[in-house]
Amino acid sequence: MKTDEYYVPSQSHWPIVGAIALFVIAFSAGLLVIEMHNEKASPIGHYGLVVGFCILIYMLYGWFKNVIHESLSGMYSVQMDRSFRQGMLWFILSEFMFFLILFGTLFYARMLSVPWLAGEGNNEMTGQHLWPQFNNVWPLTQTPNGEQNGFMSWQGLPLINTGILLVSSVTLFNAHKSLDNNNISHTVLFLVLTIVLAFIFLTLQFNEYQHAYQVLGLKLDSGIYGNTFYILTGFHGLHVTLGATMICVILIRTIKGHFNKDNIFAFQAVSWYWHFVDVIWIILFLFVYII
Amino acid sequence: MNQHTSIKAATGWRRWVYTTNHKDIGTLYLWFSLIMFFTGGLMAMIIRAELFQPGLQLVEPNFFNQMTTVHGLIMVFGAVMPAFTGLANWMVPLMIGAPDMALPRMNNWSFWILPFAFLILLSSLFMPGGGPNFGWTFYAPLSTTYSNDNTAFFVFAIHIMGISSIMGAINVIVTITNMRAPGMTWMKLPMFVWTMLITAFLLIMVMPVLAGTVTMVLTDKYFGTSFFDASGGGDPVMFQHLFWFFGHPEVYIMILPAFGIISTIIPTFSRKKLFGYHSMVYATVSIAFLSFIVWAHHMFTTGMPLAGELFFMYSTMIISVPTGVKVFNWIATLWRGSITFEVPMLFALAFIVLFTIGGMSGLMLAITPADFQYHDTYFVVAHFHYVLVTGAVFSIMAATYYWIPKWTGNMFHEGLAKTHFWLSLVSVNILFFPMHFVGLAGMPRRIPDYALQFADFNALISIGGFAFGLSQILFVVVIVKCIRGGKKAKANVWEDAEGLEWEVPSPAPLHTFSTAPTIK
Amino acid sequence: MIRSLMLSVFLFAVSSMSMAGVSAFNMRKGVTDTSHQVYNLHMIIFLVCCLIAVVVFGFMFWALLKHRKSKGAKAANFHESTKIEILWTIAPILILVLMAIPATKVLISMEDNSEAQMTIMVTGSQWKWHYRYIEDDISFYSLLKTSDDEIDNKVEKQEHYLLDVDKPLVIPIHTKIKFLLTSDDVIHSWWVPDFSLKKDAVPGFINEIWTNVNDAGTYRGQCAELCGVAHGFMPIVVVALEQDEYKTWLADQLKQKAILIEKEKQSVGETLSLEQLMAIGEQVYVERCAACHQADGKGMSGIFPALAGSKIANVAGDYKTHIDIVLNGKSGTAMQAFKNQLSLVELAGVITYERNAFGNTTGDVIQAEVIQLILNPVQQDSQSSVQSTDQMPEQSKEGVKQ
Ligand code: HEA
Ligand code: HEA
Ligand code: HEC
Ligand code: CUA
Ligand SMILES: [Cu+2]
Repeated sequence: MKTDEYYVPSQSHWPIVGAIALFVIAFSAGLLVIEMHNEKASPIGHYGLVVGFCILIYMLYGWFKNVIHESLSGMYSVQMDRSFRQGMLWFILSEFMFFLILFGTLFYARMLSVPWLAGEGNNEMTGQHLWPQFNNVWPLTQTPNGEQNGFMSWQGLPLINTGILLVSSVTLFNAHKSLDNNNISHTVLFLVLTIVLAFIFLTLQFNEYQHAYQVLGLKLDSGIYGNTFYILTGFHGLHVTLGATMICVILIRTIKGHFNKDNIFAFQAVSWYWHFVDVIWIILFLFVYII
Repeated sequence: MNQHTSIKAATGWRRWVYTTNHKDIGTLYLWFSLIMFFTGGLMAMIIRAELFQPGLQLVEPNFFNQMTTVHGLIMVFGAVMPAFTGLANWMVPLMIGAPDMALPRMNNWSFWILPFAFLILLSSLFMPGGGPNFGWTFYAPLSTTYSNDNTAFFVFAIHIMGISSIMGAINVIVTITNMRAPGMTWMKLPMFVWTMLITAFLLIMVMPVLAGTVTMVLTDKYFGTSFFDASGGGDPVMFQHLFWFFGHPEVYIMILPAFGIISTIIPTFSRKKLFGYHSMVYATVSIAFLSFIVWAHHMFTTGMPLAGELFFMYSTMIISVPTGVKVFNWIATLWRGSITFEVPMLFALAFIVLFTIGGMSGLMLAITPADFQYHDTYFVVAHFHYVLVTGAVFSIMAATYYWIPKWTGNMFHEGLAKTHFWLSLVSVNILFFPMHFVGLAGMPRRIPDYALQFADFNALISIGGFAFGLSQILFVVVIVKCIRGGKKAKANVWEDAEGLEWEVPSPAPLHTFSTAPTIK
Repeated sequence: MIRSLMLSVFLFAVSSMSMAGVSAFNMRKGVTDTSHQVYNLHMIIFLVCCLIAVVVFGFMFWALLKHRKSKGAKAANFHESTKIEILWTIAPILILVLMAIPATKVLISMEDNSEAQMTIMVTGSQWKWHYRYIEDDISFYSLLKTSDDEIDNKVEKQEHYLLDVDKPLVIPIHTKIKFLLTSDDVIHSWWVPDFSLKKDAVPGFINEIWTNVNDAGTYRGQCAELCGVAHGFMPIVVVALEQDEYKTWLADQLKQKAILIEKEKQSVGETLSLEQLMAIGEQVYVERCAACHQADGKGMSGIFPALAGSKIANVAGDYKTHIDIVLNGKSGTAMQAFKNQLSLVELAGVITYERNAFGNTTGDVIQAEVIQLILNPVQQDSQSSVQSTDQMPEQSKEGVKQ
């Protein structure tokens, strides 16, 4: 089925549709944020965002349909396959850098800014003159301007969630292996399991946020501890959502019989992504919750 | 392979919007970059007009700040970076004997989201409240608590530019690692390809950092977080660490491809192989590596601990070594060559001299105690315009003159092009050289009005600025004339140019190397 | 070609020569030991760079002159030489080490904040500086003195255009002074070139620097970090006095401070007419508020709200919120607290002005007493209305003037 030629697709209108989608999304998101900030209830931002995402989904659907079609009709060479794989790996590297900077923020806050505000290092005067009441503790339960909040312990939900994500990595791995053995029904089973686990994870995470807001008084605006907590877990959650959606897609494709031993790129890409999201969680669990 | 492409190839505007062809996309990038260069240049002209004399004449301080900010953003993200991506699109597949970029559709996507990003950024200038006015470095809390309402548009525009750059970079890397013609081994890669490869790595590493940083700016401004606010345990200086962790590699993103271009042009017109190819490659890699550990040299005055100041001073100084190796290698290439002075060569030679001047002032800035005096003055402005305008932009012009016969099939008008060069060379120095003086004498940057002792130099600078701006109109004239017609170009346009790109006819046909060439 | 490159070199050479002395071209030597060290360091690295440039460009121009095709040059065939490449890697490293040694020394001495003889806290805010002499407990604001008319080219610009303040920082010479830098809002940067001092004033943090001035005189600098609309309009002026003159100055300041407290007490008793208050208020408004809210009270949409027709400033009789926002500012916005910046009469004046200018029609007349009541309700009751020091008006038209 494979050719040797490098397939250069003919012209395509999907990219420009995608570009318009991104434009509508970004512009509406801007409007929405500004409207929310000014407590104006003008709905343009909301609608625009919905429209933008609809276009994006339309684009993704059409684009991928194209790609899948080409892939199934054997237009892709081995070299092409390599391009896709490498592309995916570099994309994951960029995602990694994104999380790295969020972790960097966490480390900076814990190891530098909070101690400095409490007067350590070359900031003796800062502590003395500006924040005399402030103490360097982590998790930061009292901010320099005196607001108080609780903090998340690592036992309970977070621990359970760690377990869930780890298991989901295993189930996905098994799905992959079953596919290698051409055992499609097992593949489907394991994929479904993975999706269920992802769903449970997200639900629990949602509960955890509720707990944080209602019981602990730990909010998005609760100072740097809450900030780093939410931005890390939040973006991680977003990635889980994205990953789970992609697994849904490959589930459907598996059922449709798109994959076999040699034609597995999309499957692999998704599972790399999922494992990556898992690894991020492990690091996150360690640094956000435990230490 | 062309059987797929020929089925329903759209023409007219659809050709450009739907295209997956690396040459078309390269052309799009290059035009876009030129338009942005003029847009950003127009803003620079407004800045220079206001600064022509002391006192406020033309614009409000608030608008002045918007001009400064958007000028910086447009030139960096809209003019220089897309120009290099465009050159990479055009030339990398030709240079490595590939049929196209590795991921052609994504290639189209990464181009077409760019104009939209700048549409968002520029449109905010016309909204009530105005555009971004906090400098292209958007230091918090000026960009958070104290910025105008439209900051969200700025943030999302940056996000989109980031997505574009990352996709573009992935494409470049995959093309180079996966699409080389058989026999095109790593150590045979043309220098320009090497530098683009490393630049693309830098992009993949740092654009996400910028994305994370603007996201935090967004939440700080609109959602009550305090990443950059001491009262919640954050630190405004942390913003600067995050920004410059992106920002410093970013400036090398804007110069490494330039190094590649110069390393291509100098040997051609010296009729001699590039001296020290291997050390050029290693130098490029070390510059890229070092660029990740020097970022805080932009922050010497923020009150870092002494140890930090020392570390960043030393690491920054070290960068001069691999950069010096490059300069020396170019000169050794010239040495005992058989030199001619075609227009691309003129720009390349001017690059060597003027970039070195810019690099030397960079080295002076790296000396922490001295930087306490230089920081945030026009001395810094002089430094970075020498490396950016007479560095990056000159290299882009050199590249344009070098390859445009290949793109259009026509030779450009030599006389006009030479006039463009000489006018640019003289005016650019009148424009940027005196900035060293006003900077040392104490004129801060980003001010719409200044004390009387700076008046004479500023008038001179502005005159140089207008002259340089007007000279660029010639550039467009030359380009347009060259597209329209001219002496037909041979396949190998320049006598002794080496490289696969010279083996295909001029103009390069839409599809080249459908079957891989053999590499000697 | 050659000519242009020669031109660049010529420019470079001219600049290096002129840089030796003339101050319009070069960094100034300054008046502290540190600034001399920094100046010397600057000259060393500059000259080293020039030297390298001469060598590098020398080789380049030689090649351009002698190895031209038009002169019949044939290209040689070498393209590698490990020896020379190692050489030109090592040589720059050595040069850099030689530069780094003095740089390190100077830096370490600049960062040595110990054993200061007096301490001044410097606080930046949009767009003025506040100085507080920690040991002597006096403090004041320092604002741009250049008039709007000068800036708008309506009248001739004076000698120290944009570099003049109403009340400069005064310090004694031959004294090691420590400065504690911080900010009320965005990042500013306190820079006095003659002392070779530049450090950011970061909100929420304190940076320390020190100086020890050798020569008496007046030294001018500017804010060196983009801090918003009027970043170009927040100069710094430092007057360095002989030590005994400084003592006299200090004593005088303390005396004036006492007088001022007395005046404030009196003003509480006075009742001024609408016209009087409007006149005082207009002046204060133009100087202190117009930078943001604009002279016509229309503000800048999206950044600074209009006061003309504002809900806060234009509802007759309902002036509590208005007074509150002017006294205490609004945290998290550019609107700062003015209670420590203006005297009671000035506060009363500016609020009255805002309520009756730009087409606002409340007719409200706010007296100093009203402000005093809101600031110090309890003490007012017990009739011992001495303000605590931190509510001292620090900047006042008729008050302390140098
Ligand atoms: C293309 C972009 C580019 C490039 C290549 C560089 C190159 C360098 N830059 Fe520059 N820089 C900028 C763009 C760039 N910079 C920008 C945009 C800013 C301002 C941002 C802002 O605030 O808005 C800035 C600001 C900036 C600062 C901060 C100044 C301040 O705000 O206070 C510093 C400080 O260290 C610095 C240093 C350097 C150094 C050491 C190099 C080195 O890489 C230079 C090395 C080259 C040479 C030294 C010349 C050639 C070498 C030889 C001939 C060998 C022999 C020489 C010796 C041994 C001396 N730069
Ligand atoms: C690659 C990047 C790049 C390029 C090419 C340029 C090009 C130019 N820059 Fe730019 N500049 C920056 C990057 C760049 N700059 C950055 C990053 C900053 C910092 C921003 C900040 O502080 O946040 C800055 C800041 C900056 C300042 C300091 C502003 C301030 O501190 O307040 C000034 C002042 O003179 C300036 C001038 C110029 C000029 C005159 C040109 C010229 O070279 C432009 C020439 C081009 C044209 C003029 C366009 C072509 C011609 C026409 C449009 C025809 C019409 C012509 C006339 C009417 C004469 N720039
Ligand atoms: C540095 C800029 C700045 C300066 C100087 C300034 N203000 Fe303001 N002011 C603001 C901003 C920003 C707000 C909006 C605060 C908010 O978001 O509610 C504001 C709000 C106000 C309001 C409330 C208006 C409304 O309708 O919401 C009043 C009244 C006011 N300022 C009075 C003054 C007075 C009196 C002065 C001078 C003595 C002054 N301001 C100086 C920035 C400034
Ligand atoms: Cu304060 Cu600039
Ligand atoms: Cu840098």
